[in-house]
Order: sequence, then C-alpha cells, then structure tokens
Amino acid sequence: MAPVAPRSGDAIFANVERVNAELFTLTYGAIVRQLLTDLEEVEEVNKQLDQMGYNIGVRLVDEFLAKSNVSRCVDFKETAEVIAKVGFKMFLGVTASVSNWDAEGTTCSIILEDNPLVDFVELPDTCQGLYYCNILSGVIRGALEMVSMKTEVTWLRDMLRGDDAFELQVKLLKQVPEEYPYKDDE
Amino acid sequence: MQFFGGSEISPSPPVPTASGNNAYMLYVFNRNGVCLLYREWNRPLKTLNSHQDHKLMFGLLFSLKSLTAKMDPTCVDKGNLGVPQLPGQGCSFHSFRTNTYKLTFMESPSGIKIILVTHPRTGDLRESLKYIYNLYVEYVVKNPLYSPGTPIRCQLFDTTVDQYVRGLG
Repeated sequence: MAPVAPRSGDAIFANVERVNAELFTLTYGAIVRQLLTDLEEVEEVNKQLDQMGYNIGVRLVDEFLAKSNVSRCVDFKETAEVIAKVGFKMFLGVTASVSNWDAEGTTCSIILEDNPLVDFVELPDTCQGLYYCNILSGVIRGALEMVSMKTEVTWLRDMLRGDDAFELQVKLLKQVPEEYPYKDDE
Repeated sequence: MQFFGGSEISPSPPVPTASGNNAYMLYVFNRNGVCLLYREWNRPLKTLNSHQDHKLMFGLLFSLKSLTAKMDPTCVDKGNLGVPQLPGQGCSFHSFRTNTYKLTFMESPSGIKIILVTHPRTGDLRESLKYIYNLYVEYVVKNPLYSPGTPIRCQLFDTTVDQYVRGLG
C-alpha cells in the first residue's frame, strides 16, 4: 500500500475541530492576566508562559504528526517550513513565513503577520518587559524536543511593543538521537 | 467513528472484516523504552515476566531498525551499525512474518512505537497502526490526567483499542 502523502495545512485545518477565535483569545488573555496577578514579576510570568508552552508542545507534537502525516524532516530547513506552513495553520489558522537563515542553516526566523492571541490586546506601562505570546516559543521548543532537536526560541520582534510583525528566532542547538535505554547488565 | 468532540478521526479506519480476533498482542513504547501499553488477547505461551518481555521486544525492534537501515541497498549515506538513528529517519522496517505470527511495527518521528502481533495471514496493517496512533492522540495525549512518559491507565482507550483490533481482518 503506497504511503499516504502529507496533507497541507489548509486541508487539515478544515478537518480538525475548531473553537471560536474570540473565546480562545479572551481565555489566553485571562490566563496571562491571572499569571501577572499571581506572580507579579514580569520575568517570572515570561518563564511560566514558556514552561506552559513547553508542556503543551510535548503533547501537541503527537497530534500534529498523527493528523498531518509528515514523515521525518530531512533537515532543519524543512522542519522550519513545516512548522510555519503546516503547524501554525493547523493549530492557529494562520500561516507564518520563514526567513533570515544563517550560513549553517541552524538559525532562522519565523514571521507571523497575523496572530490570533493578541487580538484586542494592549500592554500597559507596568508590563513593558512582558512577552505576551511567550507560550508560542515554549510550544515550539517542546515539540521540537520530542523529535530529537534541542532548540532555543526567542522573540525578535513583537507587535505589542511597537514592531510591525511577530518574529520568532529558532536556533537549533543540537540533534539528540535515541540511545538504547537499557543498561546491558539489568 | 465519532468521539465526544464530534471530530472524525483521520485517516478513517480501514473497513474491518468480521472474522473474530486475529490479533494476539499490542505494545506501545515511547522513545525512552517505557512500555506505555501492553494488551493481550491471545497468547497461550508466556516465557518471560512482563518486564523482561518488554525489554526484549524493545531491544529487538531497536536492533532490527538499525540492521535494516544498514542493509538498505538504495541509501547512499549509511551510518555505522549501532549508531543511534533519529526516529523515523531513513528506511525503517514495518513488519516481519513467521509461520506462527506476523509482527507489524510503526514508529512516529516523536518516538512512539506501536507494535501489533497478529495471525500470519493478516494483510498490511500499516493504516491500522496509524489509526491506533490517532486513537492514542485523542484518548491519551489529549487527556489532562495523563502524564507523558508514564504507562497508560485510561480505560476508555483500552476499550476503544480492543474494539478496533477485534474488527481487524
């Protein structure tokens, strides 16, 4: 039986169960607001959002692989394209673009023109250090770790701070192949 | 098959032919060798205790994958035998058959390995394993009470898998 070809982001987005965009945006906003109240320090909130994103990413990757039928990406370039075109489309309904590749092909930028998390959001002066969408950086880091890639994900541009788009820098630190987990004498 | 969310599982399951229970055992491992699930429907001979049995199965697959990739005549780049490969990379075996059983194997790039041991006359079960992977995503991964990396204790998942496997030709 011939293997099934990977499905495009649009096709999968049409098939998965969707939730109201405003409900999603407002729920996320409520989470961030609650974190700010509980933790008070903007840096702590950033870290907590990243951790939450990591926990989400670790589970999200299986759903992504099951629904999109992609096989293992050959190199990091393909990985970034798949995240931007299929991943973001499937889960957030927006398509991102990839650019700014460095010479070795281990660092790139994923650019989001449109971000459903930040609809209706304005950062007050007391929260200027906050990376409101930091959950996304955690999700990407968590998901890539489950496919054996250790990465570092940081924000370069943030529309809530006055820039013109959202730009995430994804840097591949190393590939971690599977090791045989049992020791021989056990 | 409809789930509580109302979403269709895709790919849709292969049409089951009603011929009773052809499957003997099912194993699900994660990338660290932890046996997440072991289901048994028909296994008259048990030679090892379950911990050793899981280790043996995982070790067998690990070595087979490495060996089949090394023996690949079409692949230009071959690592040394024994060098760990990334899950899903290169060529990967998907089943082997003996005169008493057939073992079908599927590995996702995230390292989840699904193994189904069935009657030797069974056809190609790769689509069925993909369907079981989808079931895993719906019932286990999306379950907030489940911690990733621990054995699965979800009764609904067990019953759904049993039901599906029972229908396999």
